[in-house]
Amino acid sequence: MAETAPKPRIRLDRKEVKAGETIEIKSLISHIMESGQRRDPQGNIIPRKIINKFTCELDGEMVFGADLEPAVSANPYFQFKIKPGKSGTLKFTWIDDDGSKIEATEQIKVT
Amino acid sequence: MKMQSAIRPLIALALGFIGVAGVAWAQSALEHPDWQGKGIKPPTPDHPLQEIISGIHFRTKETQAMQEDDFNNPGFLAIERAEAMWSKPDGAAGKSCASCHQDAPVTMKGVGAAMPKWNEVLKKPVNLEQQINMCRTERMQAEPWKFKSQELTDMTAYVRLQSRGMPVSPKVDGPMTPWFEKGKNLYYTRNGQLDLACAGCHEKNHGKFLRADFMSQGQSNGFPVYRLRDQRLIPLHERMEGCIFDVRGEPYKPLSDEFVALELYLAWRGIGLPVETPGVRN
Amino acid sequence: MTDAAASYNLLFKIELGENKNMNNAISRRQAFGLGAGVIVGLALPLRPTAALAKNDAEEAIKSFAGGKTPEKAKVKLELPEIAENGNTVPVTVSIESPMTKDSYVKDVLIIADGNPRAGVITFHFSPSAVPEANTRIRLAETQNVVAVAKMNDGSVYMASKEVKVTIGGCGG
Repeated sequence: MAETAPKPRIRLDRKEVKAGETIEIKSLISHIMESGQRRDPQGNIIPRKIINKFTCELDGEMVFGADLEPAVSANPYFQFKIKPGKSGTLKFTWIDDDGSKIEATEQIKVT
Repeated sequence: MKMQSAIRPLIALALGFIGVAGVAWAQSALEHPDWQGKGIKPPTPDHPLQEIISGIHFRTKETQAMQEDDFNNPGFLAIERAEAMWSKPDGAAGKSCASCHQDAPVTMKGVGAAMPKWNEVLKKPVNLEQQINMCRTERMQAEPWKFKSQELTDMTAYVRLQSRGMPVSPKVDGPMTPWFEKGKNLYYTRNGQLDLACAGCHEKNHGKFLRADFMSQGQSNGFPVYRLRDQRLIPLHERMEGCIFDVRGEPYKPLSDEFVALELYLAWRGIGLPVETPGVRN
Repeated sequence: MTDAAASYNLLFKIELGENKNMNNAISRRQAFGLGAGVIVGLALPLRPTAALAKNDAEEAIKSFAGGKTPEKAKVKLELPEIAENGNTVPVTVSIESPMTKDSYVKDVLIIADGNPRAGVITFHFSPSAVPEANTRIRLAETQNVVAVAKMNDGSVYMASKEVKVTIGGCGG
């Protein structure tokens, strides 16, 4: 996996909905999700390095999120749906074991 | 039938990878995909297959769904990385791929579908990985990328993607003839302690279970593929290494004359199939 | 046809017979030929039943459920019956809930009872989410996957499904 900050992929099936309608969100991020249970050829344990948290907020309010364990596959993928009550900025955040954060945003409009 | 779990792995080991009770058992439990009739007619009557079928049709509906939608396909993470590299200068000449080839979707269209291709200077065929590295060393004066490096596999997939949907169309005549024959020979030559040739699984027994694996025709049109097992993109020569390793043989080196010849012959066996890169496989 | 191809085909015909019906699995007799007379009949490529939990699955469920016993209702868990590869297994969980401010799903814990560690992922929902999520997980072997949902009123529900993980013939 790349050592540089992974670039997330986000797809909303639509960005403008009427109140009460749903938006389907898919997200994919490049990450090795090193489990901490594998050994290198010298027999040393390869330290755990995973994305341990994912959140989706609408104007700072938590809408959907997940706490990840090493049993989530590499390149974590999430598909979920939201029923936003208002227009605003959706902020997606992935948090790495090393403390680094990867963020992405999308604007949505509720009419 | 049932045995102590402690000795089961030992017996599995002793068996190599062919287990028969499992063959029947797995088939009854696993509803394998409907692969027949999903392929194309071979262009010539001397083709060894009656129907040429892409490997995706031998995979489960979950795996097929992952490939069908580019967003669900994790292989596209590699494509995005390569897209960024395409116009990034590297090497002493200060050039990027784009310096000579501009817009990849235009200039690379069809390139990957025709590989491996005869090289007049080297007097031998080169595949996509080799061509990319020749560009790097000769035009960009950059270090060649190592085989299996993320960069080389990503870029190979990106160039192949520009041929997606186009028919696999290698040239196998003229100076390519001896290479085609060499590849064909390798395909039918038994290898390793299990004494199996490529044809033993992929020509004669595709659409059947080999232990718990549902065997495909071993087509190359989806490569490099995202393997669920490795959770990353795998180049064709790494997969061929894996096959030979599985029959307890000693694999040829990636990018060796042998593997390039085999790649050429495999491409011909899949002639006319649409390029699917990046495919998703188990 | 080259000499190699011809002699190969000849050998293959002797050992395996002609492939008359591509739909059938390799017959027992044919495969005995392939396996060169080893004790092939004994191999089980898949564990037919999952063993009892051998990791911290029970503890994890207990602590998540806050001492309550989850009721087997309201949760739907979609997983392939047989995973093509255990390293990437798609899973969808959905929960019956009105998803209003007064009544909604808060957290959903996914557990795998045969992995080195039971915890896989915990989803967090809000009333503005649809109670459904999909991701891809790692399963070390054939085992039960369990989803436990906790509602905002503290009630807990669950569902479980066995997933067979194949030990492939062509892992290379």
